Amino acid sequence: MVVPASGRFGPYGGRYVPETLVPALDELADEFQRAWADESFQDEFQRLLREYVGRPTPLTDCPRLSEATGLKVSVKREDLCHTGAHKINNAIGQCLLAKRMGKKRVIAETGAGQHGVATATACAAFDLRCEVYMGEEDCARQELNVFRMRLLGAKVIPVSSGTRTLKDALNEAMRDWVTNVRTTHYVIGTAAGPHPYPYMVRQFQSVIGFEAKRQCEERYGQLPDAVVACVGGGSNAIGVFHAFVPEEAVQLVGVEAGGCGLESGKHAAPLNAGSPGVLHGSYSYLMQDEHGQVLPTHSVSAGLDYPGVGAEHSYLKDIGRVRYVSATDDEALSAFQQVSRLEGLIPAFETAHAFAALFQPGLFRKGDRVMVCMSGRGDKDMVAASRLLQL
Amino acid sequence: MTGRERLEATFEALRGRREGALVAFVTAGDPALDRLPAVLGALAEGGADIVEIGVPFSDPIADGPVIQASSFRALERGTTPRAILECLSRVDCPVPLLLMGYWNTVLRFGPEEFATRAAEVGVCGTILCDAIPEEMDEWFAVSRRTGLANVLLAAPTSSPQRLDAIARLASGFVYAVSRTGVTGARDEVPAEARRLVSDLRARASTPVCVGFGVSKPEHVGDICRFADGAIVGSRLVAHLHETGDRPDWEASLRTLVAELKAATRA
Repeated sequence: MVVPASGRFGPYGGRYVPETLVPALDELADEFQRAWADESFQDEFQRLLREYVGRPTPLTDCPRLSEATGLKVSVKREDLCHTGAHKINNAIGQCLLAKRMGKKRVIAETGAGQHGVATATACAAFDLRCEVYMGEEDCARQELNVFRMRLLGAKVIPVSSGTRTLKDALNEAMRDWVTNVRTTHYVIGTAAGPHPYPYMVRQFQSVIGFEAKRQCEERYGQLPDAVVACVGGGSNAIGVFHAFVPEEAVQLVGVEAGGCGLESGKHAAPLNAGSPGVLHGSYSYLMQDEHGQVLPTHSVSAGLDYPGVGAEHSYLKDIGRVRYVSATDDEALSAFQQVSRLEGLIPAFETAHAFAALFQPGLFRKGDRVMVCMSGRGDKDMVAASRLLQL
Repeated sequence: MTGRERLEATFEALRGRREGALVAFVTAGDPALDRLPAVLGALAEGGADIVEIGVPFSDPIADGPVIQASSFRALERGTTPRAILECLSRVDCPVPLLLMGYWNTVLRFGPEEFATRAAEVGVCGTILCDAIPEEMDEWFAVSRRTGLANVLLAAPTSSPQRLDAIARLASGFVYAVSRTGVTGARDEVPAEARRLVSDLRARASTPVCVGFGVSKPEHVGDICRFADGAIVGSRLVAHLHETGDRPDWEASLRTLVAELKAATRA
């Protein structure tokens, strides 16, 4: 899928926002198109990815994890990006755009705090004012990231409305944007939201998949049999999948947060157990009740604890190109420990869901070459992990 | 008479009396839904010319803290779109009623069924805060078929081309958003509201009402000097929340509405 002029991926996406925001979305879509085609913008973006973010990130073979799973596992190391997660790719891109558009103030929402940290980092580097909305519950589960953002000069605004997690942080950021739209750029951190966000965020994150594809070809002389990524809103997943979508022999697997199990209702797996609806400006799979009210979600991982999902994922699900599964909190915590002990790689709780899929029966054939997108490192989760695990 | 025609007649009568419209907003289900008929009665007796009934949604991104909290209370009480329509089927309100809310509610209900049922129970039209003209072809067709007015929002940031489309496609009235921002009481009516109204009036004869931040009789009076009506929401919602449990709540609501209405005649 190339440029959706209407902002649609099949029936999904679009713009369901207050009229006040539409001109800003038009401006953003136009400016992004121009910038993306502009060699000087690309040069600057690529230079920053290289010199500031530390790209290309390595592809790491995982012999002990391979032995434990009966697969040939390699890992795309987004955890080695500056700030510790893939989120910085998009934050750098959007903050460059904000500067281009002459917007001096930037806002962001954050769940686990990684996108907030990435945005605060880019804002510090580019001299932009930064305010980050974060659910009160997430502020508590990710207190280290709250401190990091403040250290970077950002203002963190705890959100006490609704579920006090990522969903309501997005609501509050949208309300701020409606109010300050003339001076402010809203850096959405995931591949959801109104057009052009799902498309733009994918483009900024697609570097993950293009690099990984080249690395696989160079090292193995072939593409992987499968690519696995965790899916909350879905930015690391769409970033790594995009280059592989046309390669039909490559199986693509997205792993949603199964929480306490899909049957419990306490999860964050709209592609597995939701239905299409409108949230945060976009038509996509959603966890909602029979009256269209958005349902509360649960996941051990703040970054996946979101009732919606990026529009392109809904499309890729419907056409059968990507298989979306889920991993429970327990499966993710188990994978979190296994990967740490077997490979010396401590994944973020979000990423641990992707690793959990390696242990699920029936997903892969024995001996399959499987590449996992290690979207982030687990340092931010140490406090929570130490409470959850008796070691 | 269709809902659309009823609204047209309302504005025509107001013009004849040289009055602006007082458009009142309340959330269905806050106070409890079984009290909605009494609330509507008090609003109409107080002098509201049109009433917008908020259909609560879990994620109201266009609303400020007062209406957010009110929506949340309504949802806590189990208020559903179906129950709201059922309640309205038993109400014979003398003033036109509009349903205001968010697109996902209608989408989930089924647009065709929602519009049909709304028209059946006497609703005159809808205002969907996150529905912009380019996404709404299907809804325009459905609301035309059922005779419902389709009130569209226009914002101070809307481009001339967008105002053209909004003025052409809106029916009932155009909801001019007074400022960039969410709903909720403010101190004054910004100058850009006046500009927006004159830009809209230059494009179509559809009446233009101004809302967002309108809370005092002075605001209503200011607005009615340059627009066809003023919309008061958060102020009424907050008042109902504060006074709703008092024995004299109906009289208190009537008095507040009457003060606001008087300003439309100045």
